Formats: sequence, structure tokens, C-alpha cells
Amino acid sequence: MHPAISVIFFTVLSGAGYGFMAVLGLGVAMPEGPLAAFVISGIAGVLAVVGLLASTFHLGHPERALLAFSQWRTSWLSREGVLAVVTLVLFAIYVFIWMATGKRYFFLGLLITIAATATVFATSMIYAQLKTVPHWHMRQTPLCYLLFAAASGVLLAAGFAPDGMIFTMPGSLLAMMELLIAWAVKVLWWQNAKKTTLAASGSTVETATGLGKIGKVRLLESPHSGESYLTKEMVHVIGRKHADKLRMIALVLGCVIPVLICLAVFLANTGSMWLLLAFGFLTAGLFAERWLFFAEAKHTVSLYY
Amino acid sequence: MTALPQSTKTKLGLVIDLDICVGCHACVVNCKEWNTSGYGAPLADSDPYGVEPIGAWLNRVHTFEVQPDHAPASIVHFPKSCLHCETAPCVTVCPTGASYKRSEDGIVLVDEDMCIGCGLCAWACPYGAREMDPAEKVMKKCTLCVDRIYNENIPEIDRTPACVRTCPANARHFGDFSDPESEVSLMVKERGGIDLMPEQGTNPVNKYLMPRPKTNPEMELDENFSLADLATENTASAGGFLGWVDRALDRLG
Repeated sequence: MHPAISVIFFTVLSGAGYGFMAVLGLGVAMPEGPLAAFVISGIAGVLAVVGLLASTFHLGHPERALLAFSQWRTSWLSREGVLAVVTLVLFAIYVFIWMATGKRYFFLGLLITIAATATVFATSMIYAQLKTVPHWHMRQTPLCYLLFAAASGVLLAAGFAPDGMIFTMPGSLLAMMELLIAWAVKVLWWQNAKKTTLAASGSTVETATGLGKIGKVRLLESPHSGESYLTKEMVHVIGRKHADKLRMIALVLGCVIPVLICLAVFLANTGSMWLLLAFGFLTAGLFAERWLFFAEAKHTVSLYY
Repeated sequence: MTALPQSTKTKLGLVIDLDICVGCHACVVNCKEWNTSGYGAPLADSDPYGVEPIGAWLNRVHTFEVQPDHAPASIVHFPKSCLHCETAPCVTVCPTGASYKRSEDGIVLVDEDMCIGCGLCAWACPYGAREMDPAEKVMKKCTLCVDRIYNENIPEIDRTPACVRTCPANARHFGDFSDPESEVSLMVKERGGIDLMPEQGTNPVNKYLMPRPKTNPEMELDENFSLADLATENTASAGGFLGWVDRALDRLG
């Protein structure tokens, strides 16, 4: 599949934004004062909004985007839109009360955590629902999205928390565990993705053409001498060439470096602000991870080419 | 609404006979010709006379080679357009309600004024039946020529999809699959019409008829067989003038 930059930005940044909102909603202690509340919640909000805006660059007609809130009964993309906005509105109310009174309402916070989690889940289902792309149509796909959003959220929260504590646990330790779990699941996903080929899902050029009953099928001549929307969008191959290198880049930037930073902060028992740098590395690693998520995925349409 | 109808009154669709298709691309061209000035926005091409022409087409013909185990390979021309699936995955993923399946005849359509051009429906379709228009940035797809088949302003004989009307070999047929006595239903029954990628669970309405065996599939292919041998050696039965020429040339050494 074609890895559109806008969609990579959308899934990584909004994942981080909603992940951070989910952690804040749990009531993790943050520095006192309305300015701190404004800056911290502003970072969560900006990440989510920038991600959502990036996704509109992918649209042919962004001016009609409001229509996308209408089909939540059947469409995961529509559900994602609705949940994203509902979460943002709830979060805005939460932050307004937080800034005005210094209070953070437990039940409203909990509701935000649930809504933000549901938003990230809906984002992942846009891809995981597609039977046409067996790589994505796996149970672990939503799990990867949720765990990466949580890792981003925990890193940010631990970076801002006074003394770097998340409830009674050192944030650096919690973030390190969360990072290791998320990447372990992702490595498992990569292993499974290798096995979850189009052929393993039962689709071959023989079933695609129905000619398998007669014999072995191969393309002799494609319908047009040039490219088409289909070949550009769904038969994309450029990204696969550097797959192994990109996987290493994703693991080093997204896992090794942030984990080492977490470990250093935990052992030094100070300087939790450094965890924000770890978040930067994680985000860079996730861009590589998300590029591969698209570039390596094979669509059934490629069977016809 | 992007919910699929429980059932449709009729099931309009196509039968495509792979035994007959000669791969002339007339259906491709006439489809583009009709639909660029018919339903919705024109079917645009960008850089049409340049180095990298690219454009939206609703029907494309692929050409495949099929190699049986014990017979010579054959060529199959394979036209592909929207199959108007009964459980169309492209419809339910649409976030805006632009994609829908009509409850009256089962035709899958896009309301282009509501399409935001997100492209998710094209990803959801296993067959590559939907293409984004490069100029209008809305999703285009086969309408089964909805503006022809019910059009009382054109002669009755023309009230079939453009691809069917133009096919010089009669490889494409249009009709109602809900009627077991319709021409298309009978054809599918007789020839054992098949679904493309049944494993995707889309229940396509359009059916494909497989090529009839061109050679005896049971025939063992002789390792030493070659067409050239046929041309040079098999002159024993030649009689008359040609037989005389054959014998005379043989005598010349």
C-alpha cells in the first residue's frame, strides 16, 4: 500500500495525543497552577488536533469533512471521527475546570480515558477491518496501536509529573515497561505479518481470476502501459526494498534509545524532563514503524498485476 | 446510508464470458466514452498525451496466460469492472454515506457530491473496481450505466450498459440475476458461472464464464512435440498437385 505521509502523521501524532489524554484522565498528578495545566493539556490537544488536521490533507474534498461524522453505524472511519471530536470536547471541559479551579474531576477524567482509548481503537480498526489487506486484518493490529498510544502518553505524563512519579510508581520505570511491552507485541506482529500473506489468506491470482481450475495463471499484459490509481495506491513496492533497515531504525529510535533514557532517569532518580526527549525518539521511531505498516502491506488488487 | 439493504428487488449485473472475449478493449473505450459525459463528473485523464498518462477508468481488460498441467498454455483476456457485490465492503466503510447500494436493483453507486475522496472504499474493494478521479478528486466506479438502462430517451436496444452494447464478440451480457429464467441466470446455470475471490465473502452479482477447454486437458503433452515438426514432416497424405510438388522437391534432394 502507498504510505501517505499525511496518514502516517495522523496515526502517530493523534495516537500520542489521545494516549496522553487517556493518562491525564486517570488523574496522574501534574504540576500546580493554571499555566502548567494549560501547557500540559495544550500539548495533548495540539498533538491530537495536528494529527487530525494531517489526516484531512489526505482527502480529495476536505471541505466536506463534516459529512464524515454521519455514518458511525457502519463505518470505522466515521466512528473514529465522532470519537475523536467527543474526546476533544470532553477534554476541553476537563481542562477548563482544571485551569479555573485546579480540580480534576475523577469521573469526567475516567470518561476521557475511555473515550480516548476508544478513539485510538477506532483508528486502528480503519485498517484492521480490511479483509483485502491480510497484514492489517490481524487481532494484534489494534493492540499495537493502543500500546504505542499508551507508551507515548506515559512518557509524556512521566516527563511532566512532579518528581517523575505516576501514582506511586516512578514514571521512568512504568514508561520503560510500557515501551518494552509495546515493542514486544510489535515484533510479534512483524513475525505474524510474515506468515499472513495473501496466499495464506486463501487469495491467489488463480482465485482472483477464477482461472485456477484450468491451470497456473500469470499476467501477460497489464490493462494499460502506464501507471493507474490502483497501481500507485495499492501495488506500491518502493518501501519494501529498505524494509529491514527501516525495521532497525524503528527499533533503535523507538525502543532502544527511549528505554536507555528511561533506565538512566530511573537509576539517577532525577531529571524526569529527559523523558520528553525519549518521547521525541519514540515518535521518530513510530514514523518508521508506520511507514512500514503501509509500505509492506499487500492488497488483493496486486494479484491482478 | 452506508448500511447495505437487507435484500434488493432485482439483482442487475453482468455475465462476462472469458471464452469469447477477444481482448479488443472496445468495452473499456466505450465505457470511458459514455461515462465521461454521463453520470457525475467526467472521467479525467492527466497528462493524456505526455510521458506518464494516468486516468480514471471504470473497466479494464487484463490479459493472462493460463498454463494447464498437461496441455499447451492459453491466453485469456479478462475484463474487470465493479461486480456490484451483495455484501459490498466498499459501501459499509464509507464515512459520509456517499457510497450506497440501491435497494431496488442492487446497483452500487457513489453520490459524488457527498464524497470526501478519502479512498477507503477503494482499499476495501478486493477487485480494484474503484478509482479516484485525478481531476475531480472523488471516487469513480461502474454505475452499470444507470443513466442508460432506464433511459426512455434512447432506443430500447441501447438500454444496456455501454460495455455490453459495444462488445463486438458478445462476450458481455446484462440482466437480472434475481429472475432464475433470465438470460443471464440461465447462462450462469448452464456454464457454471463463477464468483471472483469467493473467499473474500463479497458475494458478487457479476459472474464469469470460464473458457471452454481448447485442447483435450487429458492429452499427454509429448516432450518432443513441436509445431515445426507438423509443418515439415506431415506430408505423407498430400495428394494432387501439392503431392506432386512435394515428391518432386524430395527427389531434388
